[in-house]
Amino acid sequence: MLMSRVLARPDRMRMFFKSYVNEMFQLGYNSIAIVLIISFFIGAVICLQIKLNIQSPWMPKMVTGYTTREIMLLEFSSSIMCLILAGKVGSNIASEIGTMRITQQIDALDIMGVNSANYLILPKILGLMTIMPILVTFSVAAGIAGAYATTLMGTTSVDELNEGFRYAFNQWYFWCGMIKAVIYAFIITSVSAYQGYTVEGGSVEVGKNSTDAVVSSSILILFSDIFLTTLLT
Amino acid sequence: MIQLTHLYKSFEDRDVLKDINATFQNGQVNLIIGQSGSGKTVLMKNIVGLLDPTSGSIMYDDRDFVKMSKREKVMLRREMGMIFQSAALFDSLSVLDNVMFPLDMFSDLSYEDRVKRARFCLSRVNLSGAENKFPGEISGGMQKRVAIARAIVLQPKYLFCDEPNSGLDPKTSIVIDELISGITHEDGITTIVNTHDMNSVMGIGENIIFICEGRAEWRGSNKEIMDSTNKKLEDFIFASDILRQAKQLHDEKMKK
Repeated sequence: MLMSRVLARPDRMRMFFKSYVNEMFQLGYNSIAIVLIISFFIGAVICLQIKLNIQSPWMPKMVTGYTTREIMLLEFSSSIMCLILAGKVGSNIASEIGTMRITQQIDALDIMGVNSANYLILPKILGLMTIMPILVTFSVAAGIAGAYATTLMGTTSVDELNEGFRYAFNQWYFWCGMIKAVIYAFIITSVSAYQGYTVEGGSVEVGKNSTDAVVSSSILILFSDIFLTTLLT
Repeated sequence: MIQLTHLYKSFEDRDVLKDINATFQNGQVNLIIGQSGSGKTVLMKNIVGLLDPTSGSIMYDDRDFVKMSKREKVMLRREMGMIFQSAALFDSLSVLDNVMFPLDMFSDLSYEDRVKRARFCLSRVNLSGAENKFPGEISGGMQKRVAIARAIVLQPKYLFCDEPNSGLDPKTSIVIDELISGITHEDGITTIVNTHDMNSVMGIGENIIFICEGRAEWRGSNKEIMDSTNKKLEDFIFASDILRQAKQLHDEKMKK
């Protein structure tokens, strides 16, 4: 029911595009820092762990770079990063819309004759779906930069990593990450917006629904991950 | 004119509104009064379409709101303005953008004309100079005035005010009442105010409907209220010592 209202044609395209750009900035641009920081350190740690635990004289030296690249590309930058963003972005969306509901701002939109579900939710869904592949690309890049940073500690060399990063590169894996990211972006925004839009009560309920939004979208992402991994690879 | 006929509203097995009949005239401030929990907010929500009545009709001039399609309701809502108890301003927008919002959504005016119209409405509520402030930076009284400006920016035919003086000091309440009354008379709007503020009742109540336990117990004007013999209305209106004494003085004066 709610989704049919969300996916209706916007009342005013000019206002829709304004909100769409604003949401890309709010949800995407403001998440770049956390994505870069987490991905950089996780990339570095994955590289160190593989070097310390898997690398042996029996293994080719490029295995560290190769495994780091595959983990970042296939799982961390798409699925795990989206799980992290479900916490940040999901709670933000649910609490913002929930607060609008309990302070009658959504009623005010409805009374004006505005399709409030469409006006508030559609720009968020499309905004995050647009910006998420860019965040995933940044995450992969930051993870690889983190792996290179470990060379400063002397555990591995730049040449070994270069060889691993280039070894048997399958471009489809990159696109798998992008497809997953777009689907997860839809899950995060739609589930969180639903939780916010249907709040009844006061601030306690807004808090509860924000938590439910994060939990529900995280679980859905995990289930979707299994399904999408089977389907795409 | 808005006309309610045999309006009922039930939630599961609880009847909240029972056979409400009322007429709200153009160019008049119509008040719905009653104790908390009497059903006046439910009545207001039914009139504006936030709730659907169980039975009965709500006529906007000659248009039956209950039987309208969703699309027709949306179109009619563009003729409505509403001031909420909490003002319900959009936190993320400045005062000017809040007032411009209905114009941005529904008018084909140029940006300059939209700004001009919004500034004019802000000047009508004495808020020129506050355009760039955000709702969180202004007082409750100013927020209510911004809400009034936003409600009238599209020149509505019907204005609804849900407890507009809630949380305001008596002086600011009078300012808000005078603004609502002035705009109603100048623009010939059908205004319905939901209130339990006795100053509003005595000051601007041209047509009052008293709701008690979901029923319309009394109808009349602020001039007739002092002479009412309805016990429930008297218990509600003259609950405070000051008003009870005023009523006694009025009764003694009438006897003489």
